[in-house]
Amino acid sequence: MLTAEEQERYSRHLMLPEVGPEGQERLRDSRVLIIGAGGLGSPAALYLVAAGVGTIGIADGDRVELSNLQRQVVHDSTTLGQLKVASAAKRLQALNPACRLEQIPVMLDQNNLPSLVQRYDFVLDATDTLAAKFMINDICVSQGIPFSHGGILRFSGQTMTVLPGVSPCYRCLFAELPPEEDREACERDGVLGILPGVIGTLQAAEAVKFIVGIGTLLTSRLLTFDLLGMRFREVPVAVNPGCSSCGNR
Amino acid sequence: MQVSINGEIRQLVDGCTVRQMLEELQIKATRVAVELNLEIVPKADFAERTLQDGDKIEIVHFVGGG
Repeated sequence: MLTAEEQERYSRHLMLPEVGPEGQERLRDSRVLIIGAGGLGSPAALYLVAAGVGTIGIADGDRVELSNLQRQVVHDSTTLGQLKVASAAKRLQALNPACRLEQIPVMLDQNNLPSLVQRYDFVLDATDTLAAKFMINDICVSQGIPFSHGGILRFSGQTMTVLPGVSPCYRCLFAELPPEEDREACERDGVLGILPGVIGTLQAAEAVKFIVGIGTLLTSRLLTFDLLGMRFREVPVAVNPGCSSCGNR
Repeated sequence: MQVSINGEIRQLVDGCTVRQMLEELQIKATRVAVELNLEIVPKADFAERTLQDGDKIEIVHFVGGG
């Protein structure tokens, strides 16, 4: 049962027959992990907290820097120097006091990530390195946890949802981490600040759709976004039988 | 011959390989995944894999920022 306050806060959700009180309760009972409280994680966290996701884990070991604020909209000038998870929690808690926020101020690795993802229903990859994206893919696939891949750079972004054991994974398409000398060019460069807002919001929408159980998820296709051309493109992705992450399932 | 690259029709010389196509497009092979008629082309095969008239090719960049 939703409380009177919840009925008012989420009234525009409750008016949607596809969501309704049942969907809203599912959101309240759900747990989402956002890995990275940066460009992608900021809008995703804001919208998921606003939408009424009951528990949100935010993992990031970094602190807020002035150069983050052009795109990492969950932070602000008053939280410079603070841990990003604490800065984000402050803003998110003010947005929705009922949301349980789990702050995870550590860099995740092969050892601590498997048990962490197990505690959540859905994971958002909002990290900023390819090594992290491959690691999250491999661990979510091995642990059977659905997740949303997201990536941004300059004026282009991409996202895909992975349901382990059901749909193709990130590695089915990208196979192997590029050589180290090529990675930086794919990870670190200018970014139009609005770009992660678009992709991170799409990732949040996938999490909500998955939890409520509505619509068609962004599985078996990578959605790419070209901001300058203002074009979305869908690249069909098939399960790769030779995939080293999910091919033997 | 005529192929489709990321949904756009392009002309390539007959016998063109995946690697030659990427060179013509000035794309570094190590920074992309290439899908040929919905199948991923392993990077090790880029140099030998020849394209055919009517092929549908998708080139997707690694995008690692966040």
